[in-house]
Amino acid sequence: MSSRENIPLLSPIDICLLAGKIMLQSGAETYRVEDTMIRIAHALGLSSSHSYVTPTGIIFQAGGPEAAKLIRIAERTTDLDKVAAVNSISRKLVAGEINAEEAAALLRDIDESSHAYSVGLQVTAAAISSGCFAIMFGGSGYDFLPALISGGLGFAAVILFHRLINVKFFAEFTTSLLIGLVSYFFIYLGLGRELDKIIIGSVMPLVPGLLITNAVRDLMAGHLVSGLSRGAEALLTAFAIGAGVAAVFTFL
Amino acid sequence: MYMIWQLITSFIASAGFGIIFNAPKRTLFQCGLGGMLGWVIYLVLDPYYDTVISTVAATFVVGVISQVSARIYRMPVIVFSVAGIIPLVPGGLAYDAMRKFVENDYNTAVQLAAQAFLISGSIAIGLVVSEVLNQLLIRKRKPHRG
Repeated sequence: MSSRENIPLLSPIDICLLAGKIMLQSGAETYRVEDTMIRIAHALGLSSSHSYVTPTGIIFQAGGPEAAKLIRIAERTTDLDKVAAVNSISRKLVAGEINAEEAAALLRDIDESSHAYSVGLQVTAAAISSGCFAIMFGGSGYDFLPALISGGLGFAAVILFHRLINVKFFAEFTTSLLIGLVSYFFIYLGLGRELDKIIIGSVMPLVPGLLITNAVRDLMAGHLVSGLSRGAEALLTAFAIGAGVAAVFTFL
Repeated sequence: MYMIWQLITSFIASAGFGIIFNAPKRTLFQCGLGGMLGWVIYLVLDPYYDTVISTVAATFVVGVISQVSARIYRMPVIVFSVAGIIPLVPGGLAYDAMRKFVENDYNTAVQLAAQAFLISGSIAIGLVVSEVLNQLLIRKRKPHRG
């Protein structure tokens, strides 16, 4: 704890906002973010707080005379470990097991921590999943290896392109173009039987499945702004993937 | 033999997605199990019933497994449900629809796109129904918003 002495203490409002920010960036549902923020606020003594969460920003008002605060969320990934960690901190805070200061320190640690699994392990997992998906969707055993390789390459490429190009759409488009080309190359070489199954398996790690489902759930829960904007994001991603693969077909 | 391969591949694929989504290490097995059971139910029902019905049934099971695991491990439901629904997500259909659009076969494309939309809706319905059931069964807790 001694190393943290020079860090200024967080106010209760900032603790709520930090918790909300981490959860929203990690892919939690909108209602869960609002719910957790209000629970934490309640535990910290702010009994009539309001939070308004959209996928791109959080507005939080403590209920007192203080001004409302806003946080802008620019980048969203899926990091379930962080969602679970913030959730358990909120539980402990509500149960009175930790105080505000400890909670703030723990939240800062979570915010700064990186992905628990290394990039290499993630690419391996994506590659193996792609191979399995090719078989699940009706491909033959011959399609396993091509899907494994092009899926792994695709996932590595999307991570790399996200770092190089700041436009998400373009990174996804380029990646699916690459997947289409690699898959076609395998068929051309005589490895693999069905081009469709190989491509479907390989693009699965990129498909916005979580976004689509979260969008519909947000809409059903009455979070109309969040639902529509998540839906738009999912549609854009699906379009990028479809257009990238389709571009390969038009040139062949 | 076909079914055994489907079981193995769906388990590995769902657990792999758990790693991609950075699920905590001790939940990876449950992620794989949820995905496997959901996929098997989908495969068993699909030849007899409409795809939408089989998807709702499969996601409902994934949802129930996720609710139970969430309660046991004291973690958010989303940690378990996300990887479990991945095999059911209409990624292949969305891809087929997009491909037909590019090939100027608009009739088939719109049909496939509508089907993909319906299936994503039915995934959400399956999850919501399991959540509502959970809330109805456990009344002693304060009802949850959303």
